[in-house]
Amino acid sequence: MPEERGTPAGPVHVEGEVVATKRVGAYRHLTLAAPGIPERFRAGSFVAVTVAGHVARRALWVHRVRGSSAFGPTLDVVVQVQGSGTAWLAAQPVGTRIAITGPLGRAFALPKEAVSCLLVGEGYAAAPLFPLAERLRERGCAVSLVVSAPDEAHLLSALEARRSARSVTVLTADGSVGQRGGVPDHVDELLRRSDADVVYAAGPAVVLRSAAAAAERAGAWSQVAVEVPTPCGTGLCHGCPLPVVGEDGVDRVVRACTEGPVVRGDRVRWDHL
Amino acid sequence: MSAARLGSVPGPVMVAAGCGGTGRELLPYADQSGLDGLDLVTRSITLDARSGGPGPRVVEVPGGLVNAVGLPNPGLEHFLATELPWLVRAGARVFVSVAGATMGEYADLARRLSRAPGVAGLEVNVGAPDEAGAGLFEVREPYHAASVIAAVRREFPTDRPVLAKLRPDVSRIVEGARACHEAGATAVVVGNAVPAAFADGRPAGLSGPAISPIALRCVAEVHRALPDVPTIGCGGVHDLASARAFLDAGARGVQVGTALLNDPTTVARLRAVLLPDHLTTPEETP
Repeated sequence: MPEERGTPAGPVHVEGEVVATKRVGAYRHLTLAAPGIPERFRAGSFVAVTVAGHVARRALWVHRVRGSSAFGPTLDVVVQVQGSGTAWLAAQPVGTRIAITGPLGRAFALPKEAVSCLLVGEGYAAAPLFPLAERLRERGCAVSLVVSAPDEAHLLSALEARRSARSVTVLTADGSVGQRGGVPDHVDELLRRSDADVVYAAGPAVVLRSAAAAAERAGAWSQVAVEVPTPCGTGLCHGCPLPVVGEDGVDRVVRACTEGPVVRGDRVRWDHL
Repeated sequence: MSAARLGSVPGPVMVAAGCGGTGRELLPYADQSGLDGLDLVTRSITLDARSGGPGPRVVEVPGGLVNAVGLPNPGLEHFLATELPWLVRAGARVFVSVAGATMGEYADLARRLSRAPGVAGLEVNVGAPDEAGAGLFEVREPYHAASVIAAVRREFPTDRPVLAKLRPDVSRIVEGARACHEAGATAVVVGNAVPAAFADGRPAGLSGPAISPIALRCVAEVHRALPDVPTIGCGGVHDLASARAFLDAGARGVQVGTALLNDPTTVARLRAVLLPDHLTTPEETP
């Protein structure tokens, strides 16, 4: 397997541990000690965790990684409670041991040159944009970040991104904080203002689609982190179909967990998603 | 025909069809010998490429997964050109799962796979939970399943095994196993997803720990009625105890499927216990 800049390649399956847990708005942020995963992580890849009493695994976006801490290498994930599995996960106290596999999937591709980038995210799924913003800043890219949510409680903290981003825009559907409205309402204007060459998007399909379409209208590249339920996360089950147009122009169905989750926005067959 | 003339029975731990990806995805979770010597059943390969069914394809239920994946695969040509050579280079013992819409397709698949280098054996999918939905040849009657096995057997070398993978149908399993064995199956894989449905009524198959007792019952029935027919247990194997239950009931081996989706290291861990010698290097042998 190819290795990038000396980092170990491929995912690992490890026993991790919950080392911190806190409620942030509507979400639960967990810090997991996960030896081997932070070193391999690239923004946009994800992890899958085993949940007690459940056969399917839960895929989680990674919000932040630390190569070393008092607990060794750790990663932060954002949990939105959507069912009994995520409810179990969110309720686990410090010290719980959890089987974690990762990093999984294709990460965001980084531009070779220092270009202007617009990052658009909504809800908990905006998580991978935060480590992405850091990587882009390290490369000298001008980063404009847009975080969106239905209301303030579902907003991922934009404050911590301010040091990586040149500008941060907050959108809420109810106008409780930042500008009122959603990504589709504002994305063209935000793209024009940022003069971005690349648009990165993470969030629900409607957000990804509008960001990809705006990028296409503006002649920019787009990369989107698609969220399709991935029962195993590892590519074994073929249970997460993602309809795309291949480089050859042929329609095909790929696995969101291995050929994705990040794909070019102009390649997704949104009507079939 | 005696089983000895029809290739040896693989095992005791195999990767079940449809749960090993293309094989490559298992490599990060294998032990230090990688896929070398691993008995791996591929996802079902059809003559033409299939993109699979719409989502959601896999839904979790208590104790298992309900799936209607729709046999996504690149078709035989592409499989022979890409996935198979990779698996062979990786050292896996490749059992190609074959599925067809007609008896002729099964025979065609078997004939072309018989010439492909590195195919250790075939597994004939004669127990999909929903043949009609998947567009497969109807094999609900043991006679039909046996006809498919016979057609495959005629095209595939007798020194290599052909496995018949049957649905765990408690009332007909002995009949099905007998018919397939008489038609030339080296062993019968007893267990597949059990016919089920999604919450909206769409036909699907249930797999995972929930079906283990059903598959176990079938293995025990076959072993009691047909002690000379080698069986491989498949259904809800997820740890040593569940694997042992099948072996104790008379199975020669087990296949691990859904458990790999929960913990991709399951096969490596079971092999370490059930095949204790497979990691021993010659230098370490006393």
